[in-house]
Amino acid sequence: MKETIGTSGLIFNEPLLWEQGQKGRCALSIAPGDVAASPLDDSLVGEPPAFPDLSEIEVVRHYTRLSQWNFGVDSGMYPLGSCTMKYNPKTNERQASLPGFASAHPLLPQELSQGALQMTYELEQLLKEVTGMDAISLQPSAGAQGELAGMLIFHAYHKSKGERRTKIIIPDTAHGTNPASAALCGYKPVPVKSNEQGVLSAETVAAVMDEDTAGIMVTNPNTLGLFEDHIREIAAIVHDKGGLVYADGANMNAVMGIVSMGDIGVDVLHLNLHKTFSTPHGGGGPGSGPVCVKAHLAPFLPVPRVIKTNDGYALDEDHPESIGKLHAFYGNFGITLRAYSYILSMGPYLKKVSQLAVLNANYIKEQLKGTLHLPYDRPCMHECVFSDKIQQEYKVSTLDMAKRLMDYGFHPPTIYFPLVVPGAFMVEPTETETRETLDGFIDSVKAIAAEAREQPERLHAAPEHAKVNRLDETEAARNPCLAGCPTDRTKEYIKG
Amino acid sequence: MRYLPHTDQDISDMLKVVGAADLDDLFSSLPADCRRNDDMLLPAPLTEWELDAHMDALAGKMAVAPEYKLFLGAGSYDHHIPATSRYLLSRSEFYTAYTPYQPEISQGTLQAIYEYQTLTAHLLGMQVSNASMYDGASALAEALLMGIRIKRKKKTVAVSQAIHPLYRRVVETYFRPTEFKVVALPYDAGGVTDLTGLEDIDGLAAVAIQSPNFFGCIENIKAAADRSHAADALLITGFSEPIAYGLLKNPGSQGADIACGEGQSLGIPRSFGGPGLGIFTTTKKYVRNMPGRLIGQTTDLNGRRGYVLTLATREQHIRREKATSNICSNQGLCATAAGMFMATVGGTGLRQLAQVNHDKAEYLKNELTRAGFKIPFATPTFNEFVVEFPDGFAATHQHLLKQKIVAGLPLAPYFPELPNAYLLCATETASKEDMDRLVKEVTA
Repeated sequence: MKETIGTSGLIFNEPLLWEQGQKGRCALSIAPGDVAASPLDDSLVGEPPAFPDLSEIEVVRHYTRLSQWNFGVDSGMYPLGSCTMKYNPKTNERQASLPGFASAHPLLPQELSQGALQMTYELEQLLKEVTGMDAISLQPSAGAQGELAGMLIFHAYHKSKGERRTKIIIPDTAHGTNPASAALCGYKPVPVKSNEQGVLSAETVAAVMDEDTAGIMVTNPNTLGLFEDHIREIAAIVHDKGGLVYADGANMNAVMGIVSMGDIGVDVLHLNLHKTFSTPHGGGGPGSGPVCVKAHLAPFLPVPRVIKTNDGYALDEDHPESIGKLHAFYGNFGITLRAYSYILSMGPYLKKVSQLAVLNANYIKEQLKGTLHLPYDRPCMHECVFSDKIQQEYKVSTLDMAKRLMDYGFHPPTIYFPLVVPGAFMVEPTETETRETLDGFIDSVKAIAAEAREQPERLHAAPEHAKVNRLDETEAARNPCLAGCPTDRTKEYIKG
Repeated sequence: MRYLPHTDQDISDMLKVVGAADLDDLFSSLPADCRRNDDMLLPAPLTEWELDAHMDALAGKMAVAPEYKLFLGAGSYDHHIPATSRYLLSRSEFYTAYTPYQPEISQGTLQAIYEYQTLTAHLLGMQVSNASMYDGASALAEALLMGIRIKRKKKTVAVSQAIHPLYRRVVETYFRPTEFKVVALPYDAGGVTDLTGLEDIDGLAAVAIQSPNFFGCIENIKAAADRSHAADALLITGFSEPIAYGLLKNPGSQGADIACGEGQSLGIPRSFGGPGLGIFTTTKKYVRNMPGRLIGQTTDLNGRRGYVLTLATREQHIRREKATSNICSNQGLCATAAGMFMATVGGTGLRQLAQVNHDKAEYLKNELTRAGFKIPFATPTFNEFVVEFPDGFAATHQHLLKQKIVAGLPLAPYFPELPNAYLLCATETASKEDMDRLVKEVTA
C-alpha cells in the first residue's frame, strides 16, 4: 500500500502557563546591576504583575509542546484560498535576524541607517517594476492598512479637487476588508454583483457610477480566482466620472509578469508581502501591505518617503498633500526585508512563480471537477472555487470535508468564502507545491467524497486525529472567556 | 530555482491535464489589452551566498550595539531578548501558520495568544486584551475611534501633547477624513498633561494620555480618569514602555477605560521600528466595541478544553462596513513573542527587571545633574528622561556620533519650544561604564 501523509502520533497535553511554576522561579537571570538601587516613590508603585513564575525548562517545554499542535506551511500543504500560503524561505529569516537590521533603532540619525534606507528604496523600485505602478510606500502594516491607505488617498485626491464624494463601488467578489476600510474614510459602499461568468460587467458599473462616487475597489484576480476581463472598460467608466480605481492586489501571485496593473487603468494598488512575496504569516501576522500609486497620486502617499540623494538615501517629509503617517515609524520593516530577500533570490523567475501557481490551480480544478461541484467552469487563475452541492445529497457539508482533510494531513482550504458561492471550498495550492503533493491532495479529496457517500457520519465526526475535536464556538461567543486567572488575587477582578 | 519544484516533465504532464499548450497558454483567456508585453526588468537571481554577502553589506551600514552606544528610547527600547524566546519563536509551526481559522490544528497559536491576552490584561490591570494591533500608534487611533463609538453622539477627543508625537501624527491621519475633532491638551512645567479646561470641551468622548509619557514622566492616571469621567468621557492610557508596569500602578487600578500602546519592549527586536506590537486592552463592559481579533476558551465535542477565535461579529469579514475596525492580519507572532517574554521573566522577574531599568536611568540622570546639566521636568520618570543641554550642544551631539555614541534624541524637531532638550534612555543593558563615558564626553 502506498504510504500517505495522514496524521497520528506524538501529542502531549500541556496546561496553561499559570497552571504550572512556583513563586520565585524565573527563566531570566536578572542581576541587581552595577549601579545603586533607586526606589521609586511608594505612591507610584503598584503590586507586581500577576504572572506565573516559571523556570527556563518549563518555558521551553511549554512552547515546544504548543508548537506541536499547530499546522504550518512547513508541516504540509496549506491550500487556503486567498491567503497564498507558499513556502517561506529560510534565508529570509536569516537576513531579517542580522543584528544590523534586527537591532536597528528607527530614530537613528539618517547617516547611521543607510543600510535600511537603501533596502527600502530598492524594494520600492523592484515592486514598481513588478506592478507597473509609479510610486510606492512600504508603510502600511498589513493588507487592510494598505486598503485604508488607498482610501485615504482617494479622499485626499478628491479633496484636492475641492470635492467630497460619499460613495464607493465594491463588487461581491472583493475581499471582506474592503467595505470596512472604505467606511473608515466615510465612504458608503455601493455593492454590485458579478455576472454569470463570475466577473464584473462594465454595464453594472456604468449603472451606478456617478459624480458622487469616489471610485471602485476591485480585487483582481477576484476572489473566485477569475481575472476581471472588463477591467479596462470599467476603469474608463470610473475615470470618466472623475473617480479612481483601487485594486486589491492580494491575488498578485497570479499575474506577476503577466499583467502590469499600472497599464490596465488601476490608480491605486496594495500588495500583501505576506502572500505574494513569501513572508511568513506568523499565525495571524505581522504582514505588510505596501500601497502603490500612479504618478498623479504620488503626492498623497504616506510620509516619510525614502529618496536617493547625492550622498546616499534620506527620509523626505516634504509632501504637503500627503495623507500623513500610518505607523509610528516605517511599517513592518522586518517583513519588507524578507520580501526584498525573496525578490533578489527570484529575479525574473517571478513570472514563472505566477505561471506555476496558475498551472497548479488549474490542475486541481481539472482533477476535482465532477468530484466536487465547480460553479464557474472556466480557466482559473491562482485559485479555484468548488462547492458542496454534490455532497449535500448525503448531508455532508463543506465544513465536514474540510475537517476530514486534516486527518489526511492537509490544511483545509478557505471555506464559505467568497459569499457568492454557497458552501464555497476555495483552493489555492501556490506554486511551491510539488505535483506529488497536489496528487496526494486530489486523491484525499476524492477519498473524502467517497466517504461522504458511504459513511457520512465519519465526516460529521472529523477530525479524528487532531489535538481537539470540533470546538463549541457558540458557547465561546455567548459566554466569552477571554482571559484566565493566574492567581487568586485576580480571580474576582477578571470575572468583573 | 529551488522554490519552484516542477520539472519539465511535471509541467508538460500537467499542461496536458489542463488542456493548455504551454505555460503562456494558461493566460490565453485574458484580454490581449490586459497582457503585459514586456519582460519585468529585474536583476538576475542571487545565489544564497551572494544574497548573504549583499545583506551583510547593507546590515553593516547600520549603527547598532555593541559597536555603538545608544542612549535612545522614544518608543523603541533596547531590552535583552532571552535566547529561549528567539529559539522558541523560530519554531516554524508558529511562524509558518496562518490565522487560526481551523482551531483543531491551530491550538498552539490559539493557546499561546490566549495566554498573551491574559498576561497583557493582568500587566495593565484590565479585564480584556485583544490578540494585537499593528503598533502603539494605530492602537491609539483605534482606541479614540472606539471612544467615539461608545459615547455615540459625542464627536471630540482630547489628546495630550505629551503623547509620542509620531503616535499623534497617526491619529491625525485616521481622523482627517472623519467628522470628528481632535483637541490638544498641553503639558505643564512638570512635563505632564495639563488637564485644566477639560470640562469646557464640548462633546468630549475620550481623553488620551500616555504614561510614562513621551518625556518619560509618570502621569497621574487616577486624576486624569476622575476628570475624564466627570466630563462623561472615557480615559485612554497609552504607553510605549510596558516594562514600566512591572513597577508602576497599572492603568486599570487607576480607572483607565482603555489601555493601549506599543509592546516592542516585551521580547521583540527593534528592527528599525517594526514589526512591533500594538497592545489593546479594555474592560468587559466595552468588549463588543473593541477592534481586532479575540481568542476565547471553550470545549470540544468530548468536553476537552480548547481555544477559538471568538466574538467575530464585531469584525470586518462578518459585519463589513459596520465593523469595529478594518483590521484583519495583526501582529500575531509578535504577540506570541510577548507572551513568551512575560512567561520567561514572570511576575517576580518583571518587578526586578523594571527596578533595574529605573536604577540605571536614575544613575544617568543623577550623574548628568551632578555634571551641571538641567533636568527641565521634575516629575518622576521610569527609564528615560529629558535633559536640557547648553546652547550649541547640537555640534557635540554630532561629534559624539563619530565616537559611536548616540547621546539621546533631539526634541527640537518635535517640540520647537524645547530647542536644547534631548530625550535620553537607559535600560538594563546600559552599563555603568558606558554611562560614565557618556557623562564624561558630554561634559568635555
